[in-house]
Amino acid sequence: MALDIPQDSVGIVNPECIHFDEALTLRSGKVIDSYELMIETYGELNADRSNAVLICHALSGDHHAAGYHDTGDKDEKPGWWDNCIGPGKAIDTRRFFVVCLNNLGGCAGSTGPKSINPATGKPFGPDFPIVTVRDWVNSQARLADRLEIKQWAAVIGGSLGGMQVLRWAISYPQRLRHAVVIAAAPKLSAQNIAFNEVARQSITSDPDFHQGRYYEHGTYPKKGLTLARMIGHITYLSEHALRGKFGKDSLKGANFGRDLRSGKLNFEFGVDFQVESYLQYKGESFSSNFDANTYLLITKTLDYFDPAVDYDGDLSRAFSEGNCKFLVISFSSDWRFPPERSREIVNTLLQAKRQVSYLEVESDGGHDAFLLNDPRYIKGLSAYLSVVAEECEQSAGGIHAS
Amino acid sequence: MRADLLIIKDWIENGSRVLDLGCGDGSFLALLKQEKNIFDCGLDLDPDNIQKCLEAGVNVIEQDLDKGLPNFSDASFDTVLLTQTLQAVNRPDLLIEEMLRVGKNCIITFPNFAYWRYRYQLVSTGRMPVARDIPYQWYDTPNIHFCTIRDFDALCTEHYFKVLNRRVVDDKHKHSSLMNLWPNFFGINAIYQITR
Repeated sequence: MALDIPQDSVGIVNPECIHFDEALTLRSGKVIDSYELMIETYGELNADRSNAVLICHALSGDHHAAGYHDTGDKDEKPGWWDNCIGPGKAIDTRRFFVVCLNNLGGCAGSTGPKSINPATGKPFGPDFPIVTVRDWVNSQARLADRLEIKQWAAVIGGSLGGMQVLRWAISYPQRLRHAVVIAAAPKLSAQNIAFNEVARQSITSDPDFHQGRYYEHGTYPKKGLTLARMIGHITYLSEHALRGKFGKDSLKGANFGRDLRSGKLNFEFGVDFQVESYLQYKGESFSSNFDANTYLLITKTLDYFDPAVDYDGDLSRAFSEGNCKFLVISFSSDWRFPPERSREIVNTLLQAKRQVSYLEVESDGGHDAFLLNDPRYIKGLSAYLSVVAEECEQSAGGIHAS
Repeated sequence: MRADLLIIKDWIENGSRVLDLGCGDGSFLALLKQEKNIFDCGLDLDPDNIQKCLEAGVNVIEQDLDKGLPNFSDASFDTVLLTQTLQAVNRPDLLIEEMLRVGKNCIITFPNFAYWRYRYQLVSTGRMPVARDIPYQWYDTPNIHFCTIRDFDALCTEHYFKVLNRRVVDDKHKHSSLMNLWPNFFGINAIYQITR
């Protein structure tokens, strides 16, 4: 049965694997001699190559941000940010050339712990070096070189993606005109790190983890990764969103989301409430699609992110160069990176005398709201990016005229 | 374009840094960007206004003026604007102190509650005045701190605010000799530029 592709979709897309032979020196001092990045692109690059937009993914994202892979599955889900990327959508592929990649250390085709280490002929596993946001952005800059994009019209990302956007504005201030930072923070708090540590502990204490060499044992730490994701998932949702998920009628959430799975209490240690089976389902389906070593690595990447360390703790000095404009967006019910963390970013940019707009969206969606269709959020993002697109069209028009 | 804004436009220097408190739909900042090449920054709380600012390509930050401007450093702007908003904030005196800390000068416009028609309405009907520039009922008005030109002058004296420019105008923002003689009686709107 053929896939039913909506009108406003980018349609069927083909990922591309790009090989880099130049060695990349990481923040840790380690060196990756060569690596591959999986990317997808949507839309057309204009004549003066000024309309390119980079999408940076969050913890569990990858290069497949929009459209379909035509896998033969009639229920195939589109890319992870399909609601925002496509013809006529907020990131309008009729106006922008959109680039999205799977970051280094990922598990969706880019070089990472799952890849074969040429030195040993076996998967890297725990030997894959820990990469930081800065390393990612360095590799993304090389990707831009390869695509002959001197300057992005915008670099856009939510959560950990937003941190990459901030790093772009610090490391390559001349290579972007707009920075869109959604549901992010200038660095993780102790509570954020604590949640990540519980996730890591649950993975590494799984007997199937085998010190990260589980590939060689033909297994993976399913229980540990499931548990890690269950914990993570709770932090992505607001309490209100969880309440609303497990009510049957218009009284959604009225029972505090305590709906029972089988209509009665079992007086056993198994599943009683719907929220329990929901979390287990979410965790298990994630664990069968994601690599545990990548999960460990990316939680470290998050924990290590703190661009102020190079500036004696004064982040505003990090933004002293360049003149890209910023759009910062937060969500009221996000308790992972709550609005005050976004306001920290805004205030830092004001201290640095940078141009910044800030939107605090009233939403029940929790941290995950950045992936949802809140009307105010989508309208605001669309309006901002529409002005960005006009700038691109004017500059391209200028080239045609000359 | 509101007529008070046309007057203010002339008081703003080319290439200066302008912070507009309660910037509305951002059209004034957009005009100043276009005509005076300013660095623009607007603050507002209303989602519709913020949306319009984004559409106009104006920098806008969602922020509550009643919480002050603690995220703005001293003298980081040339001019801080507060147009037709003074009467709607919790503590106008504290906000003006904040504006003068952040801006080298401030421009403030407000409706003059001592305008003779308002006085007449209050005296003749015994009810709170309602007019084109103050269209609300007493119970639903966002304007919680009405003042008169004489009140504002007194505030400036008490707080040592220096008045650089003052214009008193009618509802078409025309100026007349009557307003010169008795501003607090004939002026509908007051426009002040003040500094420390």
